[in-house]
Amino acid sequence: MKRAEPYLYPLAATIAVLAIWHAAVVWSGTRVFPAPKDVLMGMNELLQKGLMLSYIGDSLRRVSAGYIMAVGTGIPLGLAIGWFPPLAAMINPVIQMLRPISPLAWTPLAVIWFGVSEAAPIFLIYLSALFTITVATAAGVRGVPGMYWQAGRNFGLSSAGVLFRILLPSTMPQMIVGLRVALGVAWIVVVAAEMIAVNSGLGYLIIDSRNAGKRYDLVVAGMLLIGTIGLCLDIAFRRLEKLRNIRWGFQNE
Amino acid sequence: MKTWKRVAFGLGFTLLLVLCWHVAVALNPTSLIPGPWAVVLGIWELLEKGLLLKYVVASLFRVTWGYSLAIILGIPFGLFLGSYRRAELVCNPFLQVLRPISPLAWIPIAILWWGVGDGSAIFLIFLASFFPITITAMNAVRNVQVVHIQAGRNFGLSERELLQQIIYPSVVPQLLTGMRITLGIAWLVVVAAEMIAVNSGLGFLIVDARNAGNRYDLVIAGMAMIGFIGLILDSLVQSLERKVS
Amino acid sequence: MSAIQMHSAAAARQVATKLVVENVCMTFGRNGRAVNVLEDISLTVREGEFLCLLGPSGCGKSTLLNIVAGFIKQTSGSVLVDGQQVTKPDPRRIFVFQERGVFPWLTVEGNIGFGLRHLSREDREQRVAYYVNLVGLQGFEKAYPHELSGGMKQRVEVARAFAVDPDVLFLDEPFGALDSITRLQLRRELLRIWETEKKTILFVTHDIDESVQLADRVVVMSARPARLQRLVEIDIPHPRDISSHQYLSFRDSIFDQLGLAHKV
Repeated sequence: MKRAEPYLYPLAATIAVLAIWHAAVVWSGTRVFPAPKDVLMGMNELLQKGLMLSYIGDSLRRVSAGYIMAVGTGIPLGLAIGWFPPLAAMINPVIQMLRPISPLAWTPLAVIWFGVSEAAPIFLIYLSALFTITVATAAGVRGVPGMYWQAGRNFGLSSAGVLFRILLPSTMPQMIVGLRVALGVAWIVVVAAEMIAVNSGLGYLIIDSRNAGKRYDLVVAGMLLIGTIGLCLDIAFRRLEKLRNIRWGFQNE
Repeated sequence: MKTWKRVAFGLGFTLLLVLCWHVAVALNPTSLIPGPWAVVLGIWELLEKGLLLKYVVASLFRVTWGYSLAIILGIPFGLFLGSYRRAELVCNPFLQVLRPISPLAWIPIAILWWGVGDGSAIFLIFLASFFPITITAMNAVRNVQVVHIQAGRNFGLSERELLQQIIYPSVVPQLLTGMRITLGIAWLVVVAAEMIAVNSGLGFLIVDARNAGNRYDLVIAGMAMIGFIGLILDSLVQSLERKVS
Repeated sequence: MSAIQMHSAAAARQVATKLVVENVCMTFGRNGRAVNVLEDISLTVREGEFLCLLGPSGCGKSTLLNIVAGFIKQTSGSVLVDGQQVTKPDPRRIFVFQERGVFPWLTVEGNIGFGLRHLSREDREQRVAYYVNLVGLQGFEKAYPHELSGGMKQRVEVARAFAVDPDVLFLDEPFGALDSITRLQLRRELLRIWETEKKTILFVTHDIDESVQLADRVVVMSARPARLQRLVEIDIPHPRDISSHQYLSFRDSIFDQLGLAHKV
C-alpha cells in the first residue's frame, strides 16, 4: 500500500478537486464559469478546429526562437562576466537596473524597433531569458573551486585549454539549472506577450476567447494546456540533469 | 577587486551607455525614441503633475497586498507540505501544473471574479507570488539537514521544540532568499497586470503614455522608475537577509 | 648558497641538487596589517629525495609549497629548480591537492589522462592503463569521482600527477581527509610508486608519524612566522618498522623538538 501512495494520493486528490469544482459550478448556478466537462469539450473543439496544435506550435516556435538566441548570447556573456572581474563590475549595475523591469514594459520599444510582428514578442522572450541565463552562468563560474584553475595551470593548459577543458565542464551543472529556470521564465513571458502583441498562440487564445464571446471554457482549457506544456518542458530539462556526466554537480556532498 | 575600482567601472560603463544612447538619438532625429535628457524631463513632468507619486503608490499598494497575502498564506502552507509527505503528494501535482501558467493568463478569470480594478491586480500578484514562495518553503524544510534533526531528538527536544530550535533557524535564511526573489516576481507582474487590466499604476503609465500621444519620453521614464523602485525593493530585502544571517 | 647543515651518512653521497630555496620570505597584507607568514626559509632538496615539511596547522608550510610550485609569488628570496628560477607552475612539477582536486566531470580514465593530450591515443591509453594498475583502481576506469570513496579519489589524483612523468611532485596534506587505516595503505602505495618511479617529492603534513614513516628528511617548521627549526635525516631503509626502536627514537626526538608531551 505504501508504495502505491505516490500515485494514489495525487490521483485521489485530483478526482476530489474535479468533483468539488463540478459541484461548485452546479451549486452556484453560474452561467459563465465552466465545469470540468465543459473544459474537456472545449479542448475537443479546439482540437477539431485544428487550433490547438496550431496555437501550441506558434507559442513553442516563439519561445524557441527567443530562448535559443538568449542561450547563444547569455552563456558567453555569463562566462565572460564570471571570469573577468572588471567586466563584471561594468555590466552588473546595468543588469541590476534592467532586471526588475517587466519584459512586457519593453513592448512599446519593441514595437518601435521591430514593428507589429513576430519579432516583438520574440524580443521580449529573449530579454527575459537572457537575464536569467547570464546571471546563473556568471554565478556558476564564480563558484568553481580555485583548485581547478590551479590544476589547469599546473598541467600547462593554454587559455583555450582552460576554457574548454576546465571552465565549461565545471560550470555545466549551474548553467543547466539556469537554462531550466530561463525556459520556465520564457514560457511565462511568451503567453503574456501573446496577450498583447500578436494574433495567435496560447496567450492570444485566452484573451480572444474571453473577448470574442466570454468562452470561459476555452479560457480554462487554454490555461490547462499552458500549465501542462510548461510542466513537460520542466520535466524534460530535469531529465537532462540526470545524465551521468552532469549528475556529479547535483550530488550533495 | 577594490570597492572604489568596482564603483568606478560600473559608473563609467553606465555613463558610457547613456552617452551612446544620447548620440544615437541625436543622429536619428526622426526616431520616436527620446534621448536621456528628454527622459529626465519626462520624470520631472510626472513629478510636477503629481502623477508619479500617484502611480508609484498605486503600484506599491497592489504589490504590498498581493505579496503580503501570498507570504502569509504561502509560507505556512509550504512548510506544512515540506513536513508531511502525504500532504505534499496530494498538493504537488496541482502546484506543478499551475506554476508554469503565466499570471496574466488568469486575467479573464480575475476579471470575472473581481472586475476591472485593484481586486484583479492584487489577485494576479497574489497568484504570481504564492507558488514560488510555497515551493521555496517546501524545499527549505526538505533541506534541513538530517543530522541536525537527529541531534535535536538526541537532546530530548519535543516536536514543538524541534520545530522552534532546529527547523526554523535552518529554514529562515532560505525563506528570506525566497521572499526576495518572490518580491522581484511580484514587482514584474504588477507592471504587466497594470498594462492589461487596470487604469493606474506604473504599468498603466507606460501603456497610456504611448496610446495617448506617443509620449515615449514618458514611456522610458516609467521604465526607469520601475527599474529603480524594483532595485530598491530588492536591496531592502537583501539588507534584511544580512541582518538575520 | 646557504643551506641548513645536516649530519649523517647521506650527506656524503654526491647526489644532484634538484631544488634550492634561498632566503624566501612571504608577507601577506591583511586588513591593512602585514602578516609575516614565512621568514627567511632556505632549503636544498636532492634529486629523487622524499622530503617532508612538518609543522602545526597554519604555520605556513602550504604557503611555502605553493611558492615552490609557482602558484604564489614570494615577497623576497628565490626558488630554483635545476638552476632555473621558478616563476610559474609547470607540468614538470605537479601539485597534488587533497582529493577534492580531482575533476568531477571526468572519469577515472579521463582524470589520469588529463595531462596526456599530446600523446597519441594508443600511447595515452597505455599510460593510463599502467597508472590505473599502479594505484590499484582496476575495474574503476569508467567511474566518476562522485561514485568513489575519498581514498580512491586520492589515488586518482596521485595517478594523474605521476602519469605526466614530472620531475618533482608536491603533495599538500593529501591524506588529511581520509581515515587512518586508508592513510596507512596509501602511504605504503605512495612509497611503492616513489621507489618505482624515483621522483623528487615534497610532502607537507602536520602528522609526525606520517613524516617519519615516509621521509628521507623531515624539515620541522615552527609556527607563524614559519622558520625552519630543524632538519632531521631519517636513514632507516624502507619498509620501516613502525614499532622498531629506531623509528620510535626519531619520532620522539621530533616530539621533543616540537615541545610535545609523550602522554595523552
